[in-house]
Amino acid sequence: MSVSDDGIAGAKSSLSLVTNLSVIFLVVLWLIPTVGLLVSSFRDRDAISSSGWWNAPFATEQNFAAGAEGEFTQTPDGWVIEGNVFGEDGSGTVTAFGGRRAEPTAFQPGTTGELVRGRTLTMEANGDYRYVDPGEDAPRRNPTLYFGTQVPPSFSTDNYETILFSNGMDVAFINTLTVTIPATIIPILIAAFAAYALAWMDFPFRGTIIAVIVGLLVVPLQLALVPMLTFHNDIGIGQSFYGIWFAHTGFGLPLAIYLLRNYMVGLPRDIIESAKVDGATDFQVFTKIVLPLSFPALASFAIFQFLWTWNDLLVAKVFLPSNSDSWVMTVKIADDLLGSRGGDWGILAAAAFVSIAVPLIVFFTMQRYLVRGLLAGSVK
Amino acid sequence: MSPLLQGILTVIIGVGGCIGYFWASNLVLDRVIFPAKGQDAGRNINRANAVRPWLFLLPALAALGLYLVYPVFGSFYRSLFNRSGDEFVALGNYGALFADSEFRTALFNNFLWVLFVPAAATFLGLLVAQLTDRLSWGNIAKSLIFMPMAISFVGASLIWKFVYAVDPEIGIINAIRDTLGLSALDPLQVGFWNNFFLMVILIWIQTGFAMVILSAALRGIPEETIEAAIIDGANPVQIFFKIKVPQIMGTIVVVWTTITILVLKVFDIVYTMTGGNFGTQILPSYMMEYMFRDDGRATAVAFVIMLIVLPVMVWNIAQARKEMR
Repeated sequence: MSVSDDGIAGAKSSLSLVTNLSVIFLVVLWLIPTVGLLVSSFRDRDAISSSGWWNAPFATEQNFAAGAEGEFTQTPDGWVIEGNVFGEDGSGTVTAFGGRRAEPTAFQPGTTGELVRGRTLTMEANGDYRYVDPGEDAPRRNPTLYFGTQVPPSFSTDNYETILFSNGMDVAFINTLTVTIPATIIPILIAAFAAYALAWMDFPFRGTIIAVIVGLLVVPLQLALVPMLTFHNDIGIGQSFYGIWFAHTGFGLPLAIYLLRNYMVGLPRDIIESAKVDGATDFQVFTKIVLPLSFPALASFAIFQFLWTWNDLLVAKVFLPSNSDSWVMTVKIADDLLGSRGGDWGILAAAAFVSIAVPLIVFFTMQRYLVRGLLAGSVK
Repeated sequence: MSPLLQGILTVIIGVGGCIGYFWASNLVLDRVIFPAKGQDAGRNINRANAVRPWLFLLPALAALGLYLVYPVFGSFYRSLFNRSGDEFVALGNYGALFADSEFRTALFNNFLWVLFVPAAATFLGLLVAQLTDRLSWGNIAKSLIFMPMAISFVGASLIWKFVYAVDPEIGIINAIRDTLGLSALDPLQVGFWNNFFLMVILIWIQTGFAMVILSAALRGIPEETIEAAIIDGANPVQIFFKIKVPQIMGTIVVVWTTITILVLKVFDIVYTMTGGNFGTQILPSYMMEYMFRDDGRATAVAFVIMLIVLPVMVWNIAQARKEMR
């Protein structure tokens, strides 16, 4: 519906400006958290802790320590060592310098700083320094110099390389894939047959079964954890991939049957009845007519189930073994990385984006089906 | 054998097995048990057609019965026994729960979640649906607000942990406090309110869901009703609250209850963000504390969650029956 349909001529322009601005505000608000972590996943640890991600496109001020190189020479002022903090070949701009770790940026470039026991340090903006020790004997060790400088923004995929190739995230990724594929495909097949029976076949208790399935839609799956794990242990599959495939199949079925039945009921009766008149069996009607026509509903449930199994933490924690070989990505992040890499935001961010990349791709390419499925499940 | 290979094999066996079952069982029914020939042909066809629905339903009903119906009773039965499961303690586990102050905190916090999250997500979803309804770039805006739906609760928690980080150079909340001259604080340790900071994450995820459904509902409103209101001189605010909202009330209730059910199940956010510390415990994460340690307690908590869900379940079934009639 466009603005002119409402016919509020006078209020039109100011109203639409307010609308545009508020939607922009909301979208930005919704995106900020994700964008922040995405930007951080490309920055190294020092850059993340020295400036916020919103400053990432700009140069950051960072402090460095450099050992003075060369040897002390004796002059009338005392023992002197000279050089450049950026080395022979390097270049840069010193924004501040100091002689102690605790005060790395005590002095401005171009000035002479007084250090302990009469020693002085002079540093120019281009990095040239002169360190003077007025003592009698030659200093035994070369001093360490501290300085601050502007570091240009840098982005790299190092975090992704670290997380994928040396942290076991690749194993977790494969495990997630392993859980997801059977857990998405098998319930669809089982549910499709059941949905066809509930939509197009006549038999006693049909209404009761549909009502029970609607009721099962909301059963908290927490209830199933203990009894089903005990059951899996009793029949010998214990905590394993088989266990989680069965569990996801069971938990996904109510929604699958509900969605598919709602869709199949809406298929034109004529097609199905004329096929039956022509001698097609129910099995043929189902595989040759109903199944191909139900593709949109099958796709939308497949997306739901895929997102749900890919993103699941609870079922994976309970039904998969708790050793690191069987960790899926959500468990890997929640139970391992958050503890062992707690402060290392670059690594955590990269791990998060490795785990949400696939769902995001699925989401943006198949949004149409997802929305259709949501509507079929809720508005009806 | 690598798990992935095992998975692919399972898909092949599973899919092949399912199709094989349906195909073979139909064949056996039609050719062997009730063959459509001989003197009983007519009667046999009818008999076969009476059995066939059950063949189609059997795998689904078996899986549903095993994984969703049986656990309701299985869990309740287990919750009447002690930790190791060998001593009958009647309602002892429930008594112990209510004596535990952490459980009472979890119950109270869950109450806050159920009250606040569905309300906020539905309200924001309705707001966005209405605002984007008239925009040329509305679909892009909607798709961006819908995006968090694809992100796992763990991923979303990590994203928000970053937002809430204490270091003003890392967390944007504390960066804003810093520019306002306020000292840095950890939002996750602010008593009572930290619950709401955790709820924000779920609202962030669920607003898109509410928006998509309510947006479709808004589009479905007959235009005549709106035109009539405009002719009568109603302003946009009046049109929204007095004409549009009452017409989509049914959908609003559905969205509200769907999110309510979800809230009662989500344990990932609290588990990842605070581990239930700082007074943020909720029932699903409280249950996970006892999972693997004391199954009697864990099943008792699960059953309490079930009891809270029960009214919604009854209402859902009643609605479904009404629709089918």
